[in-house]
Amino acid sequence: MDVARREVVDRDAAARDLPDSPEGPVPPGVPDGPAAPARPSAAADRRGGGGTGVRLALMAVPAAFFALFFGYPVAAIVFRGLHEGGRWQSGRIAQVLGDPDILQVLWFTLWQAAASTALTLALALPGAYVFARFDFPGKRLLRAVVTVPFVLPTVVVGSAFLALAGRGGALDVWFGMRLDTSVWAILLAHVFFNYAVVVRTVGSLWSQLDPRQEEAARVLGAGRFTAWRRITLPALAPSVAAAALIVFLFTFTSFGVIQVLGGPRYATLEVEIYRQTATLLDLPTAAVLTLTQLVAVAALLAVHAWALRRRESALSLVPAEYTARRPAGPGQWTTVATVLGVMLVLTVVPLLVLVQRALDGPDGYGLAFFRALGARSDSATFVVAPVEAIGNSLAYAAVATAIALVVGGLAAAALTRRAGRLVRGFDALLMLPLGTSAVTVGFGFLVALDEPPLDLRSSWILVPLAQALVGVPFVIRTMLPVLRAVDVRLREAAAVLGASPLRAWREVDFPLVRRALLVAAGFAFTVSLGEFGATVFIARPDAPTLPVAVARMLGRAGEAHYGQAMALSTLLMLVCAGVLLALERVRTDGRREL
Amino acid sequence: MKKHARRAAAATTAVLTLAVLATACGGSDDSADSKTVTLVTHDSFAVSKSVLKDFEKRSGYKVEVLRGGDAGAAVNQAVLNKGNPQGDVFFGVDNTLLSRPLDKGVFAPYEAEGLAKVPERLQADPEKHRVTPVDTGDVCVNYDRRWFADKKLDPPRTLQDLAKPRYKDLLVTEDAANSSPGLAFLLASVAEFGEDGWQDYWKKLRANGAEVAGSWEQAYNDRFSGSREGKGKGDKPLVVSYASSPPAEVMGEKNPPEQAPTGVAKGTCFRQTEYAGLLRGAKNTEGGQALLDFLLSKRFQEDLPLKMFVNPVREDARLPELFTKYGETVDDPATVAPRKIAEHREQWIKTWTSLAVK
Repeated sequence: MDVARREVVDRDAAARDLPDSPEGPVPPGVPDGPAAPARPSAAADRRGGGGTGVRLALMAVPAAFFALFFGYPVAAIVFRGLHEGGRWQSGRIAQVLGDPDILQVLWFTLWQAAASTALTLALALPGAYVFARFDFPGKRLLRAVVTVPFVLPTVVVGSAFLALAGRGGALDVWFGMRLDTSVWAILLAHVFFNYAVVVRTVGSLWSQLDPRQEEAARVLGAGRFTAWRRITLPALAPSVAAAALIVFLFTFTSFGVIQVLGGPRYATLEVEIYRQTATLLDLPTAAVLTLTQLVAVAALLAVHAWALRRRESALSLVPAEYTARRPAGPGQWTTVATVLGVMLVLTVVPLLVLVQRALDGPDGYGLAFFRALGARSDSATFVVAPVEAIGNSLAYAAVATAIALVVGGLAAAALTRRAGRLVRGFDALLMLPLGTSAVTVGFGFLVALDEPPLDLRSSWILVPLAQALVGVPFVIRTMLPVLRAVDVRLREAAAVLGASPLRAWREVDFPLVRRALLVAAGFAFTVSLGEFGATVFIARPDAPTLPVAVARMLGRAGEAHYGQAMALSTLLMLVCAGVLLALERVRTDGRREL
Repeated sequence: MKKHARRAAAATTAVLTLAVLATACGGSDDSADSKTVTLVTHDSFAVSKSVLKDFEKRSGYKVEVLRGGDAGAAVNQAVLNKGNPQGDVFFGVDNTLLSRPLDKGVFAPYEAEGLAKVPERLQADPEKHRVTPVDTGDVCVNYDRRWFADKKLDPPRTLQDLAKPRYKDLLVTEDAANSSPGLAFLLASVAEFGEDGWQDYWKKLRANGAEVAGSWEQAYNDRFSGSREGKGKGDKPLVVSYASSPPAEVMGEKNPPEQAPTGVAKGTCFRQTEYAGLLRGAKNTEGGQALLDFLLSKRFQEDLPLKMFVNPVREDARLPELFTKYGETVDDPATVAPRKIAEHREQWIKTWTSLAVK
């Protein structure tokens, strides 16, 4: 037992140093974490001996969940569209895809996604560098803060962004620059949202690349840039590609940002699907567009998986704390200051604008709007006081997190066992909800889950279920690399020493994945908190979630409503930031414990 | 070591409990018994707690409210669920969307108590009573009083005025494809200039610098100079909003002003009427009928204005002081028959987009 225990400790230390270890919220779409180093293949091979039976059993729950709450509803609504009037409307496909207006939408969707991705990489890669290579005061806080936008609902962000970059905003006042009428507003908002994706995926690998390699190249006579280009860039390239694909996926399916900032001129595929379904009830057109988007997203995921497999190469990795150091000399301080300055302007200032508006009450600055949230029992907008939305949100998010952990955890456990093509396909399948329009899922729920025993249309469980759909991919992404890093020999050793399989799991696997589990839970929780698209269709008025409450308040005239919407947004932001900060602690505490 | 195991056990138990709870409560929640009546509606529905409690006490029914997004999305969900509805009564389909659910057979007939007190011109289905009018709201151009006083300029009164050079670059409206007031404003121009004339009007309006915002929130909160949340920083003194927006601006003010800071151009209005109906296939028909009666009751009708910022349809319902003092009554708003809207809507929006936006 003691022997096994020591082994565990050692392996834990090793696991932590893998780039795959839970680096805070790892955005989904990074199947193996930033970069998977070559694994001991003997262990990997033996892992396959676990048996198909076990794997199938593990996959049953996530597969059933996915089929019932995603596949079936989406298929039902698409079928309804394409089978309208009792016969197949195959002619509609060519008709819709040949419509110049739709082609325009497709073109804009692709174009803005590509431009947003390029811009995000250009602005966020320096940030990843600074986070990876330098230590500076407030680093942990800043890392949590730049992640907040990623989980904030888009209605809130759009509003904050308008306040900043729109007419009369700070940029207008200081530089006479207005972005609300141009496509730049959309692109910059996308940067704001996805900055953290790049910083976290690329930055976490970068922080573990051994700087001595580059130094060795310099000693051997390479210039600074050449050394970077020949040594660091090739090592980083895979994770940059991974980050780029995720950002592309998110911006390709962008909805809220375009709704708020795109005005009447710009529409993405997702916006058009919403319009065709929710406004026009043109289900055939919506069905064709939904399928188009699904095909596009599936293709993206396939490219992603292919890119990941190609880039697996052994890297020389060291613990992050050895690579980061205090900036030395004015040159480095300037670099750090400039990069952090850009980061502040891009991600923190819009958040501050939100706080400022929440505090800017009718009688000058104060907490008037916050107090009003709790004060109204006989509210105009709600059957309940708005402040109760916080409790609802937390409760829903907790249930959603539990579901996501069970489903995602089992899926990750199933995927750990050496994967064939089928299993990898399953992995990609669980990502699809991220690329599917919320209105399709929401309306699909209504059409598909309308017969007992599954008449869930008016059940509260629908809200956490919809949120869990979005949370599951994040859980898998976080758990998978860690589970894969558990050496099967430890389990065997425990068995040899007399431990039952359950005990072996508890003593060997669980301590190793505990931290990953916490991080996964935290991220699923924050994502659930911020989910808006699907929740808005199914949230009940006596139990609105925070984002739904904010959207309802924004839709009403009068200063009181606007200020309270900002106050609620601020609370949401604080809750998200709090959770993310706690995750940062988990991450660093973990290094010190044991 | 021990500590670990305990913590691990605690965490596992918590997760499992939650999961079990989640699955267990899922099915047990649909209480379709005869003591509950379910209202399906959109995001903007609101009612005073005390008024609703009062109905529950007197009728013996418990009211459940389900919301399905904005008005358009909620109506379309009801259409998709026709025959097997989510609830018993639907509230919130307006005259711009009415034809679709009526044609698809979403509603069952019921003549609500109190209908005699409602003006006949508001009754969209006078023979069968499949829908009952509940409230009306006018979409009008609002103006910033102070801006026009400072400039010593008379605010516009009519649609024609808006195209005049002295009001150049002053108006912001909303996207008719995505915003309900935006569509209403387009329909106002159709009613005023006819099916063949409104296009020219919009060409003139565009040439006169009318801007189109993506949503009402954006137009009103960010661009309009008269809204208080914009802190007077907006650059447009004219905005397409509601006739009830001026009272909303005053609501909650500690020292109420003599006059609302914004006014309404009465010759630019389009009337939206919201209807409710008994859903065909409702599980609790009797309760649904009682609920419809309640929606037309004086108590609910007088509660409406301050909750949803609309006007009651009952002639004998008294308006709150906020409305009588700061609001304006629009006597002759434009309107277009629901059938005509249903027929042309898509084409009008397409044409409008090419004229006003592209």
